[in-house]
Amino acid sequence: MGVDAESQFHVLAVDDSIIDRKLIERLLKTSSYQVTTVDSGSKALEFLGLLEDEQSGSDSPSVSSHAHQVVEVNLIITDYCMPGMTGYDLLKRVKESSSLRNIPVVIMSSENVPSRINRCLEEGAEEFFLKPVRLSDVHRLKPHIMKTKVKEKKRGEGQEEEREKCHEGEVQSIGKQQQPEHQISNKRKSMEEGLSPDRTRLRYSDVAAVV
Amino acid sequence: MELGLMQRRLEDYTKSLFMEGLLDAQFLQLQQLQDESNPGFVGEVVSLFFDDSEKLLNELTSAMDQQIVDFRKVDSYVHQFKGSSSSIGAQRIKNVCILFRNYIEEQNIEACLRCLQQVKQEYYHVKSKLETLFRLEQQVLAAGGSIPAIEVTSF
Repeated sequence: MGVDAESQFHVLAVDDSIIDRKLIERLLKTSSYQVTTVDSGSKALEFLGLLEDEQSGSDSPSVSSHAHQVVEVNLIITDYCMPGMTGYDLLKRVKESSSLRNIPVVIMSSENVPSRINRCLEEGAEEFFLKPVRLSDVHRLKPHIMKTKVKEKKRGEGQEEEREKCHEGEVQSIGKQQQPEHQISNKRKSMEEGLSPDRTRLRYSDVAAVV
Repeated sequence: MELGLMQRRLEDYTKSLFMEGLLDAQFLQLQQLQDESNPGFVGEVVSLFFDDSEKLLNELTSAMDQQIVDFRKVDSYVHQFKGSSSSIGAQRIKNVCILFRNYIEEQNIEACLRCLQQVKQEYYHVKSKLETLFRLEQQVLAAGGSIPAIEVTSF
């Protein structure tokens, strides 16, 4: 048919750095995603229509009280370190929202901190990318979007009961069971990567010569 | 100058920036994202980097200049600079930022001031080199040539 399936998918990218926003936008557009970039977690929540929800106290996907409709977002990719609301805080808010929690969330960080990575994965992040993000990282996004599409399709096929049983813990464990071992280890990739030779990395002997 | 010679000069110049460790593989990633539909991508990102960096360096200088240095603030600026320089592949700036953060942690003012000096030097150095690079690229493009893809195997 020649229609690129990805062109329908919309990614919301959150980063306080203008350079990184430009970069992630280009990476995503090159991979045929529709992209919206925002510079903070609170702007992301506003875009997702969540701030209005919070105020009205309802938990159903709703039209925000502004003029614009809430646009469908298929994946959120967010920086971890941001002033105000961190990527982790945003992740938590999304996963706590019944209308948004099925949106896959990916965290990016310039720092390889295992405890940080674990915390994010435990809170429901699909992946953790070490910055600078590359095209090969962006290629890993599609399965997470498709997994959600499959779940949505199943729900649409009249499985209301299952939906009520699906509290967050269960959703996550189902996800993990479906993943083959090597995919789980991919999430840890950034922890183990360390000084891998295929990426130009700081060698401590070089650094000593700098100052 | 003949086009072939210009292209050769551009290629050699680009390679030298990698050899000197000024740029790393991330810069190649940026070049790969540039194509006919986005011919100015690298220039745009680098331009954003220059604007952002000058603001950061001003803030940093001002923060280090205070009677009582707010190290958390300084760290935040250096963290940002480390991130942005890493995103464009400006390796030497990134490396100085890493060291800078160690000294911030130690609250070693003298060493921090030295790092500030050094990070400025590295910044102006790479800025000047990148401006030359873009100039050489423009010359090649203006002469009807295309920018050769760089194969850098050992840097």
